[in-house]
Amino acid sequence: MNIQNPEIENNVFDVRGLNLWYGNDQALKNINMQIEKNKITAIIGPSGCGKSTFIKTLNRMIENVPIVRTTGEILYHGNDIFDKSMRVEELRTKVGMVFQKPNPFPKSIFENVVYGPKIHGIKDKKLLMEIAEASLKSAALWDEVKDRLNDNAYGLSGGQQQRLCIARCIAVQPDVILMDEPTSALDPIATLKVEELMDSLKQEYTIAIVTHSMQQAARISDKTAFFLMGDLIEYDKTEAIFSNPRDKRTEDYITGRFG
Amino acid sequence: MSAAKLEFLREGREDTMLETDQTHAFERYKVKIDSGRIERRVRLNNGLKHLFSLSTVFALVVLAILLYRIGVQSAGWLDLQFLTSNLSRFADKAGIYGAILGTVYLMLIVVPVTLILGVSTAIYLEEYAAKGRIQRFIKVNISNLASVPSVIFGLLGLAVFGRMLNLGSSILAGGLTMSLLVLPTVVVASQEAIKAVPGFLREASYGMGADKWTTIRKVVLPVALPGILTGSILAMSRAIGETAPLVVLGIPTLILKIPDSVMDDFTALPIQIYYWTLDTVLTPEYANLAAATIVVLLAVLFILNSVAIIIRNKFQKRF
Ligand SMILES: Nc1ncnc2c1ncn2[C@@H]1O[C@H](COP(=O)(O)OP(=O)(O)O)[C@@H](O)[C@H]1O
Ligand SMILES: [Mg+2]
Repeated sequence: MNIQNPEIENNVFDVRGLNLWYGNDQALKNINMQIEKNKITAIIGPSGCGKSTFIKTLNRMIENVPIVRTTGEILYHGNDIFDKSMRVEELRTKVGMVFQKPNPFPKSIFENVVYGPKIHGIKDKKLLMEIAEASLKSAALWDEVKDRLNDNAYGLSGGQQQRLCIARCIAVQPDVILMDEPTSALDPIATLKVEELMDSLKQEYTIAIVTHSMQQAARISDKTAFFLMGDLIEYDKTEAIFSNPRDKRTEDYITGRFG
Repeated sequence: MSAAKLEFLREGREDTMLETDQTHAFERYKVKIDSGRIERRVRLNNGLKHLFSLSTVFALVVLAILLYRIGVQSAGWLDLQFLTSNLSRFADKAGIYGAILGTVYLMLIVVPVTLILGVSTAIYLEEYAAKGRIQRFIKVNISNLASVPSVIFGLLGLAVFGRMLNLGSSILAGGLTMSLLVLPTVVVASQEAIKAVPGFLREASYGMGADKWTTIRKVVLPVALPGILTGSILAMSRAIGETAPLVVLGIPTLILKIPDSVMDDFTALPIQIYYWTLDTVLTPEYANLAAATIVVLLAVLFILNSVAIIIRNKFQKRF
């Protein structure tokens, strides 16, 4: 890898001319965008504009939809994720994901957290226990569950389940965490907890979060991207987007005139 | 104005138009209470209720008569001696030890063969096979196979295992034939169970860098297992009760020797019932022996079905 521009070093993802089709319907149109290291990047836009599609393309989860076709490139630390030599399993180990609806496995809290480390070959019981504790602490869930690690995860509240999913994601030691509307199924208090958690996580991780709540984007993110019908309309520092949008459509959206 | 914004505005206008259309429709009619009509409907409902309960009673009565006759006929014949003795020409000395063993041996072949082949097939069709016309064609035909009469599987077993592979009417031939018979049911049940595993669980696993097989082994199969087991147990109980395929294979009438390898000839519970019933003309007591065997067979099937129901209830929908 040759890095001429020091700024590139700060880019975890560099998306170049990305197009994506579901069958014949184009869902992403010529997206160019960089995602910076140790920042929270928010992706906003009205429903159906391609936010989930975009974020799922970053770890190639989108390929689980068989009719998907893409062109363009996405560089992850300088390497094209669509390259034949790139194994999706490796990419997804480095680029973790938290989904809209909390999706713990129907297993114990402990087994949920250590799922990732286990499938990646860690067998030592003591080490797994330490990983579980560290991950649950990072996800600000440890104090609530430390006495019932062997209980089924389905006994937790929705907000706790989502933080468990974040802990499970962290346990794999990813570089990037992608979040697709992680708080849309949660109540305001649980949402607040997850938002606080994200702020503490950005010291160590790069976070890209899809949100339909502009307040959330404004509260937590460093940079904001506004999507509209598959186009990236505007991408800038969050303050700039919300205080001084350059595009009329961005302004209309954030002032609530449509969407 | 940009094209995008126009598009939004246009969508918005269509929504309001839809609403006004509905208001018009509401204005065009009024719901009036028609007491005569309601009265008629209530009476129809009551009539149907009695008809439906009568149908249930009919089924229960038939079942009760069957059980009563079998109970009366087997009374005094079903004892420990009956369960532990081998066949004999003398009715009062005869037992079904050999038939029980035969059924057990049969299951020792059917259970592993169908579970391994059935679950593997289901995994392939649901998880690996490219979704498309060929996959759908295979699935439909497996479902069709599940409803093919058992006699036909018997003929297939006779041709392939009995004659071609020269296994005769051995336990192995019988076991493989029975496996073919219930395999489609196991495949379909496993497919349903695998399909019912929510996609978001698979996504969670893939999202952590798991490959497909790891995801299947650690997420899909554990969640699908109760469904697979329930379906398979019901399929096994069918294999235990089936007679026709074994008759076609030519399982001998009288076996006085207890089988000690899978290549030996054998008899099984349903076959024993069949032959004893056939011979009641010569020896009337055989009817009692058949009845006693039916009680044993029904007890086994009842236990298996109960286990299936218990598993199903214990692991009922968690999502
Ligand atoms: N699995 C799919 N198959 C076909 N079209 C899809 C699929 N998922 C999403 N789309 C389409 O792609 C567009 C973007 O969807 P999505 O990325 O889910 O939007 P958002 O997350 O911003 O609400 C929508 O028009 C949607 O209908
Ligand atoms: Mg979405």
